[in-house]
Amino acid sequence: MLQRAYAWVRAVDGVSFDVYPTETLGIVGESGCGKSTLARLLLRLIEADAGSLTFGGEDVRGASRPRMKRLRRDMQLVFQDPYASLNPRLTMEDAVAFSLLVHGTPRGEARERARALLGRVGLDPRLYGRRYSHELSGGQRQRVNIARALVLDPKLLVLDEPVSALDKSVQAQVLNLLQELKAERALTYVFISHDLNVIEYVSSRVLVMYLGEVVEAGTADALAQSPKHPYTQALFASAPSLDPDRRMDRPPLTGDPPNAIDPPSGCRFRTRCAFAMPRCAEAPPPLRPVGATHEVACYLYEAAAAEVASAG
Amino acid sequence: MWAYAGRRLLLAIPTLLGASIIVFAMVHLAPGDPIAAVMPAESSQAEIEATKRAYGFDKPLPVQYLVWLGRVAQGDLGRSIATRRPVILDVRDSLANSLVLALSSSALAFVLGIALGLLAAFRQGRALDKIASAVAIVGVSVPHYWAGIILIIVFSVQLNWLPAMGAADGGGPLEYLRHMALPTVALSLIPLGVITRVVRSAALDILNQEFVLALRAKGLAARRVFRHVVKNAAPQIFTVLGLQFGFQLGGSVLVEAVFSWPGTGYLLNLAIFQRDIPVLQGVILVLATFFVLLNLAVDLLQTVVDPRIARH
Amino acid sequence: MAIATALPHELDPVAGAPMSYWRTVAWRLAHDRATLVAATVLALIVLSAALAPWLAPYDPNAGSIRLRLAPVGAPAHLLGTDEQGRDMLSRLLWGGRMTLVAALTPVLIGFVVGTGLGVLAGYVGGLTNTLVMRTMDIFYAFPAVLLAIAISGALGPGLANTLISLSIVFIPRVVRVAESATVQVKGLEYIAAARASGAGVGPILRYHLLANVLGPILVFASTQVSLSIILAAGLSFLGLGVTPPAAEWGLMLNTLRQSIYVNAVVPALPGLAIFVTSMAFNLLSDGLRDAMEIRS
Repeated sequence: MLQRAYAWVRAVDGVSFDVYPTETLGIVGESGCGKSTLARLLLRLIEADAGSLTFGGEDVRGASRPRMKRLRRDMQLVFQDPYASLNPRLTMEDAVAFSLLVHGTPRGEARERARALLGRVGLDPRLYGRRYSHELSGGQRQRVNIARALVLDPKLLVLDEPVSALDKSVQAQVLNLLQELKAERALTYVFISHDLNVIEYVSSRVLVMYLGEVVEAGTADALAQSPKHPYTQALFASAPSLDPDRRMDRPPLTGDPPNAIDPPSGCRFRTRCAFAMPRCAEAPPPLRPVGATHEVACYLYEAAAAEVASAG
Repeated sequence: MWAYAGRRLLLAIPTLLGASIIVFAMVHLAPGDPIAAVMPAESSQAEIEATKRAYGFDKPLPVQYLVWLGRVAQGDLGRSIATRRPVILDVRDSLANSLVLALSSSALAFVLGIALGLLAAFRQGRALDKIASAVAIVGVSVPHYWAGIILIIVFSVQLNWLPAMGAADGGGPLEYLRHMALPTVALSLIPLGVITRVVRSAALDILNQEFVLALRAKGLAARRVFRHVVKNAAPQIFTVLGLQFGFQLGGSVLVEAVFSWPGTGYLLNLAIFQRDIPVLQGVILVLATFFVLLNLAVDLLQTVVDPRIARH
Repeated sequence: MAIATALPHELDPVAGAPMSYWRTVAWRLAHDRATLVAATVLALIVLSAALAPWLAPYDPNAGSIRLRLAPVGAPAHLLGTDEQGRDMLSRLLWGGRMTLVAALTPVLIGFVVGTGLGVLAGYVGGLTNTLVMRTMDIFYAFPAVLLAIAISGALGPGLANTLISLSIVFIPRVVRVAESATVQVKGLEYIAAARASGAGVGPILRYHLLANVLGPILVFASTQVSLSIILAAGLSFLGLGVTPPAAEWGLMLNTLRQSIYVNAVVPALPGLAIFVTSMAFNLLSDGLRDAMEIRS
């Protein structure tokens, strides 16, 4: 009677990509572009309305409950908010051990493994094991979050803005920890952030999202050397930098992102785009390759895309 | 805003229907033959059979309910067993008296409660706060029927200032007021306590907000701070006022019993004593309807005072 | 109502050992003067009610008209006698048992059943939630007193019927609080994290949800006790609760009402007992609410 939807928001619209083992796929975009929704969709914490989701060849969307439980061991999520992501009533070792308990590990062994993992992420279990989340700093809590995500030995880790809530100095520590763990355990990362510097630092490939759609995709190097989509260019230009040559006087992007409920017709970025053409209002540009490892969704690159298509 | 109003109105209807079902079911919950609930004990078998057919007790329950509902909608609440008068007449007369009592005690409680609550909030921690809070907690804890008895003992029996019983029919307005004094005070105690506490807590929440502290530190005039607090606490206070007024209608039962005040509570008390089920049903139905409509009115007025609510 | 995502951080007198949430609450309760006083008074009341069979000097139902309405401090009767000559002290003690049972049991039932229903409705959501909450709304159409009277009026007097009727009054209230708290906690990220680990509804409820939701529900339930006492005694006052010759504070207030013209103090005593008990519970629940508050 009373659940009502006021309007539909296509938080994630027509997003399609592959993730290759042991890479770090970075997903970057402003708040409200659908990154967090995407993260939850990937782990099936939210149900997608349409589309397919496979992991290692197995269908995830249609998986039965017991299959899903098994699949969950392989893919885990590290959340953004270090405060809300830990149960205030559990000790840190219990918080980490919970995942193991859920999958049938006996209590003693679960605790042992949890403590070992806490140590691995840089928190001495003798000091921090029996503490509660309110006694830890933001950086420490994120380490616990990482430990909790790793305790099941997953193959894929989706990280939703894992360092955004932390101080810069702590960010660096946590990022380095993540790189080490990735190398040690041959993990695959999907790393989501709004901070381009962070994305550049960790990613091998990058997806740029705007208002629910992918506007550009490619290797980190390709994007950094020649960002093609106007939005990507603006992102790179506005990233804070200590290098005086890279600083700007005027912001490259003006205005706020348009209303997600009622996005602009055609290309969603056209209302803020310096290069908008009449064409952009008609239909949304498809994502097309403009290089070996580079795709863009923008009418500015029609010619380049056509070349690549005919050559390939 | 009108959509919200429409929705709330729509919601009230099933609530009222459900309430009417409960009231209807009362007769059939009562132990024994329901017919005994509407007939005097000394009726002959023939009379009972005739009344059974007349009341439709031989038909299935849902049909009986609908018939009863139809009659209620037309204002026919049946006849009192004791007096044989139409229930609706008795209810109408007594409702007026109850409303007078409810309004006056509410007014007393509101004015004093808001004053005390604000006083306590602005003098938090100091003597005045402690006194006001003590009064509030006493108010909330005191059984109003006992308070009525104490008031009678002090003001009627010992001091002989004010009358203890009834409403002095035919005595003129001054007499009416004299009779009204004690029950009004007795009935106002609990709402006084509740309102004081809610106002104090709401005002404190606002006063302790950081920016208010900053404004006060800068020396903003006390009067303006006061206005700001009142304006922001108004929605919450408003809700509680509405709720308490509704509570008065129900709570008056006990106070009216003590003072023999000829209101709906008195009627109810008499009906309980005489097992006069039609009167019981009629009074409760009318009061419940009143209560639901009152809550509806409060909700709708809330959206005027605080437009944020309608948007959610 | 705020759900904790961060906890009160108190200085633990024993250095080094971290204090869990409930330990903090207990510590705060033990150090609040008003709460301690209220708790002591309440303990005395409950104890004296429980030990009534041994403490009462007389049989609460035995009395002779000759001795009726003896004043407080009368030679053989410390608190006087009622209108039938029965000893007030004994009747107050025995009455306390009745009133406390009649008042506390429905709140307990409301707490258990209400939490179960509310958490279910809040966690499962959807149609279940709608069904449960709209049904509760129907009960909310009646002010508490009226609902109690309606149900008791239909069922008739007696302790069992009073318990049923008051339970029906309290369950919807607890359900509302429980559902609201559950919905709030459900949206927090550690619940999502637990689901991401593959935990089913059972483990999530047990380890994560319940512990974080019980706090506000407990505080709310404690505020309802004083209302329950007033309602239970009130029902007896109207003749709908406990029946004579049983001793119960509300009932005593009713039967003694006519006697106020003869003796002013004795008829006021049962009401005084209700008042003091009710106030003690209120102070206690205030203290509990303050102790459980999240302060940074």
